[in-house]
Amino acid sequence: MKKIWLLFAFLFLQVQNASALTIEITEGAEGALPVAVVPFGWSGPGKPLSQDVARIIADDLTRSGRFKTMPVADMLARPQSGDEVEFRDWKVLGMENLVVGQVRPNGPGGYMVRFQLFDVFKGEQLSGYNIPTTERDLRATAHQIADIIYEKLTGQRGAFATRIAYVTSIHKTGGESQVALKVADADGYSPQTIVTSKEPLMSPAWSPDGRRLAYVSFEKGQPSIYVQEVFTGRRQKVSSYKGINGAPAWSPDGRKLALTLSKDGGPDIYVLNLNRKTLTRLTTHYGIDTEPAWSPDGRYIIFTSDRGGKPQIYRVPSMGGKVKRMTYEGSYNARASYSPDGESITLVTRQGRDFRIGVLDLESGGLQVLSEGRLDESPSFAPNGGMVIYATKINGKGELAAVSVDGRVRQRLALQEGDVREPVWSPYTRKNRRNP
Amino acid sequence: MKSRILKLVPVLALSLLFGGCATLTGEQAEEGAEDGAPVAEAGQGEGAQTAGAVEGGAWTGSPLDNPDSPLYSKVIYFDYDASEIRADYLDTVVAHGEYLAANPSATITVEGHCDERGSREYNIGLGERRANSVKRLLLAQGAAESQIITISYGEERPEALGSSDAAWAQNRRAVLLY
Repeated sequence: MKKIWLLFAFLFLQVQNASALTIEITEGAEGALPVAVVPFGWSGPGKPLSQDVARIIADDLTRSGRFKTMPVADMLARPQSGDEVEFRDWKVLGMENLVVGQVRPNGPGGYMVRFQLFDVFKGEQLSGYNIPTTERDLRATAHQIADIIYEKLTGQRGAFATRIAYVTSIHKTGGESQVALKVADADGYSPQTIVTSKEPLMSPAWSPDGRRLAYVSFEKGQPSIYVQEVFTGRRQKVSSYKGINGAPAWSPDGRKLALTLSKDGGPDIYVLNLNRKTLTRLTTHYGIDTEPAWSPDGRYIIFTSDRGGKPQIYRVPSMGGKVKRMTYEGSYNARASYSPDGESITLVTRQGRDFRIGVLDLESGGLQVLSEGRLDESPSFAPNGGMVIYATKINGKGELAAVSVDGRVRQRLALQEGDVREPVWSPYTRKNRRNP
Repeated sequence: MKSRILKLVPVLALSLLFGGCATLTGEQAEEGAEDGAPVAEAGQGEGAQTAGAVEGGAWTGSPLDNPDSPLYSKVIYFDYDASEIRADYLDTVVAHGEYLAANPSATITVEGHCDERGSREYNIGLGERRANSVKRLLLAQGAAESQIITISYGEERPEALGSSDAAWAQNRRAVLLY
């Protein structure tokens, strides 16, 4: 297999936790749309911008697997607006699309980011906006522009201006650990800690409106499930029965949590109505039933069970009913969740001695293995279904990686000190406007 | 009780030292080596036995802290994806069950742990199953339900770091905490 490695390692000095972003293209780039994102001009006085807006856009487009972005060094010209563009120059270089832009000061502490997207062959502008922003939101604005370009050129909604939640753990001398639940941009930048504990934190799950996270905390000794408002930090304990309180999963309407409890015997799947505080038991098998996930239409819950001897994925109607087995291939399939369109599920699948990330097409039953690690786990779809983020181990350290659903482009998010694990991709929120 | 144990430690250490020295002097040691007998091991064994608490009858602490008691061992290891108690750990668990039955005021927490392979919440389930199989055997010896608390940490609290077979074997365990 031909491997092209693109290493973008650069420091954003003004970003906390300076980070290295590695994009690995594992297959040939055939079929990827060539696009040039020209470095944006800066027309303000004094020091240059803290963020390279064009670079952020280009990196987003590249890691989606749908685009092949042109290295800046290969560019023959660096136009900053449409009237400076010679389409012939870009046609010669095989670029089908071109992005140019500029940033200028816009009041105290503010900026105006202007960008234009062109079809090089037609010589036409496809899209163009002026977007007001601030120093703090400059990266978010770049992601928003990447989303607009992605949607214009692929016809599908972009998911770059979304976020991820994940768990980090730092082992300290003397056996103590510092565990944290964090939220960051989808590319891993701008991490913020929302919970810290000396005891395990597990299984973060975004509410469908992206404003709350449910998670498991062992802070009181026994595990409990909390629901925390991401923006205020306010939280509520919603489940602390005897035994396991685990694997919370929000219903698509945000009113219920599916979860794993062992209060009545072995771990089983329950549904907790958050408003009425009522609990419905969905499975009653003595084996391990855990890791529930809702179908996008809310009708079904899939879960991991070893009722057949080895862990496999099963499905049960969310109102209760007959359990149906979903996976047959392989000796270990676990931690499944639906794609946003409900047509496939991503899961952890054992391949020989290794645990990998797979996507199972529900109609054809075909399983595609997307990752290459030994201990990959916790896959989670982007809200547009175009990528899957997961946890992997590199040189013994837990790291996050993302892969395009065609398996062609893999990206490492080598960001944090300590072990990083259990990434979950946020849904779209109201902030993700379809068009500015 | 704790200070008692601490006082015993130097005594034990000294006797080990002298025991070892004695056998390692002169021809005796060389003969031992030619015979293929592991010299240091023989010396150590002898030293610990003669000076130890059992034969001396000097152990006055809790049997849970006595290195010669089966109760001293408080970690039970498991095979991959299994929760059956292995034959080599049956004596340990039985001894703890009998101790709990004889000491109704004693309470115990049984922690279940897993290696890092596979998904985390499934491992929480597996860890609970390990803790429960220890609990069942404790109950069978006459321990009371009220004496035992179980908790599963899954793969969240590894004893050994790393991704080797050896580290995984150390992490697939149940731990008894009095």
